[in-house]
Amino acid sequence: MSMTRLSSFRPGNAGRVVEVQHSELCAKMTEMGLFRGKHVRVLFCAPFGGPMAIDVEGYVLSLRRDEADLVEVV
Amino acid sequence: MSHRKIALIGNPNTGKTSIFNHLTGLNQRVGNFPGVTVEKKNGHTTIPGGEVIEVIDLPGTYSIFPRSRDEQVVFQLLSQPSNEDYPELVLVVADASNLERNLLLFTQLQDLGLPLILVLTMADVALRKSFSIHIPSLKQRLHVPVVMVNGRTGEGIVELKETIAGYHRDRKSETQGADHLSELLANEQLQIQDTQKRYTKIREIIAEAKRDYPDIKTRSRTSAIDSILVHPVWGYAVFISILLIIFQAIFNFASIPMDWIDMGFNEISIWMQHALPAGPFTDLISQGIVPGIGGVVVFVPQILLLFLFLTLLEESGYMARVVFLMDKLVRPFGLNGKSVVPLMSSVACAIPGIMAARNISTWKDRIITIMVSPLMSCSARIPVYTLLIALVVPDKEVLGFFNLKGLVLFGLYSLGLVSALAVAWVMKLLLRESSRGYLLLELPTYQWPRWKSVFIVLWEKVRVFVWDAGKVIIAISVILWVLATYGPAESMQHAEDDIKATYTNTTSPQELDQKIAASKLEHSYIGILGRAIEPAIRPLGYDWKIGIALITSFAAREVFVGSMATIYSVGENFEEDHRLMDRLKEEKKADGSPVYTAATGISLMVFYVYAMQCMATLAVVKRETKTWKWPLIQVVYMGVLAYLASFVFYQILS
Repeated sequence: MSMTRLSSFRPGNAGRVVEVQHSELCAKMTEMGLFRGKHVRVLFCAPFGGPMAIDVEGYVLSLRRDEADLVEVV
Repeated sequence: MSHRKIALIGNPNTGKTSIFNHLTGLNQRVGNFPGVTVEKKNGHTTIPGGEVIEVIDLPGTYSIFPRSRDEQVVFQLLSQPSNEDYPELVLVVADASNLERNLLLFTQLQDLGLPLILVLTMADVALRKSFSIHIPSLKQRLHVPVVMVNGRTGEGIVELKETIAGYHRDRKSETQGADHLSELLANEQLQIQDTQKRYTKIREIIAEAKRDYPDIKTRSRTSAIDSILVHPVWGYAVFISILLIIFQAIFNFASIPMDWIDMGFNEISIWMQHALPAGPFTDLISQGIVPGIGGVVVFVPQILLLFLFLTLLEESGYMARVVFLMDKLVRPFGLNGKSVVPLMSSVACAIPGIMAARNISTWKDRIITIMVSPLMSCSARIPVYTLLIALVVPDKEVLGFFNLKGLVLFGLYSLGLVSALAVAWVMKLLLRESSRGYLLLELPTYQWPRWKSVFIVLWEKVRVFVWDAGKVIIAISVILWVLATYGPAESMQHAEDDIKATYTNTTSPQELDQKIAASKLEHSYIGILGRAIEPAIRPLGYDWKIGIALITSFAAREVFVGSMATIYSVGENFEEDHRLMDRLKEEKKADGSPVYTAATGISLMVFYVYAMQCMATLAVVKRETKTWKWPLIQVVYMGVLAYLASFVFYQILS
């Protein structure tokens, strides 16, 4: 399985987090429950390249595309 | 006597505040933590045995490591036993349907050596997700009391109070973990490792305590609702419909009690004038202070209605979806998805709008939102627009079906919106912030609003507005009244005598009084000011009389109509009798041409689109930003824009 960025996922796509790239958001994401090993599924995306909403093992988190770009998934 | 203190802490959206409300009811106050702008809510509750204890509601946070000013406060309070608010006991509120993430904060607090009670909420949501949490197993693994509470019904609150009353600190717990945590504070990489280690441990605990019910099959209500509410087409349609309903309600329903309040204060003012002995003191009360208080209270119905809708949307979980839908659209202008609600609210009134900006966590986005909100045309501008449009815009059809008057009104609102976005864009370039903004937002499960919470929020908003903004508004009204009533003694006396000498035999006593009032206003300090600024405002097409109206409406825009009425000494109800309109139309310059041409009228309306003429808003901006810097910048930049824009419009049109 090849590694991709969460930002390239479409609604319905699911995967497992492999790595959250180092950035000032990394610690915040970890605390909000988004870190290596987590199963995520894209629920829906806002139009015009807006934020995306993902299911993180039972709760819904929304994040901007450039934030989703930091998350690598398989 | 000081009471024992307990603190409530938890992730956002766990129902922490509704537990606080159940514990304290209306026995709560909102203040600030010393030295910072973070809001501090505390209240009192009585526990079994009769003891009264103080409850502090801490800002919602995902972790003890601070990432915002709110979280900084939480960390400082809980890591320093010498802090005056250091609690004896901490209630950690955790969402049972999402326990893994919620327990992270719990384990961090446990390492700080704090005595804890774990309060589980949202058991109903967990059950809809086909599982429940086995409390005895959790108690055993975490070594603390665990209480299940329903934030909506208050079920479990009694048990919680009993647990608080019966709590005995286990002396074994030591605070060696605190040193470990403070070591991590400076190193983000170590924090991440520490957090992941904690999650591994938490997973083991949850694996033991979680009971699955795979046979309960419930379709997720939230995702069904979301398939419409965040739909690329229907989502926006629903949002726009909700906005329309809110504004209809605010304009139609709020105007009724607002008229009553207006009339009521008028009556009180007139009654006092007659009941109290005549003299400057009576005048100050009946013409300065009472109308000043009235000017504050008159906004209460709008604030109440707007916040009723906003709180319902917030409580239900819809607001997070609005942020989600709008974020991308407003980002190019330096705004945030969370700026949309304040800007929309400001079309009714900038005051609740600016107060609503508190939800924006990024400092820069929040300041920009606060700074541009007053550019949205608020309801106080309506009387000004209505009078001037009736005066200078001809009743004409455009393209067959548009009325020119309506188009001008629409143009004024659009000018406000476009300017707000433009200023936001400029501020985005000017303001610097070290940390980049982020969205990372939890979309909570949809819920029915908790009426008790809604009621308490409304009570709090109104109280804060009436007290905090009210003080400043009343002070400025009194100053304006003094300036409009007094002038150099000699010239004030001349003003009265001249009018009496000229008109006593030719006019009715009532008209005579109005003429004297007008002449006195002309010779008062404000009148002198009006004449003094005439050279500055002549390029905009205004004379000194308009100057007086501009100065007096610094207090509030709607004062404009009343001031015009006084200056032109006619009754101020221009809708019923057309005397003010007729009088304004007759007004001639020295050369015989009319004062109120289309150019002057449009220029004046444009001035009102931009100028910061609302001290209530300024008082709220000061309150929200905790410094006079931002309200002062606001007065200056909006004043400069008003002057330049009016100048351009007047010069082009005349």
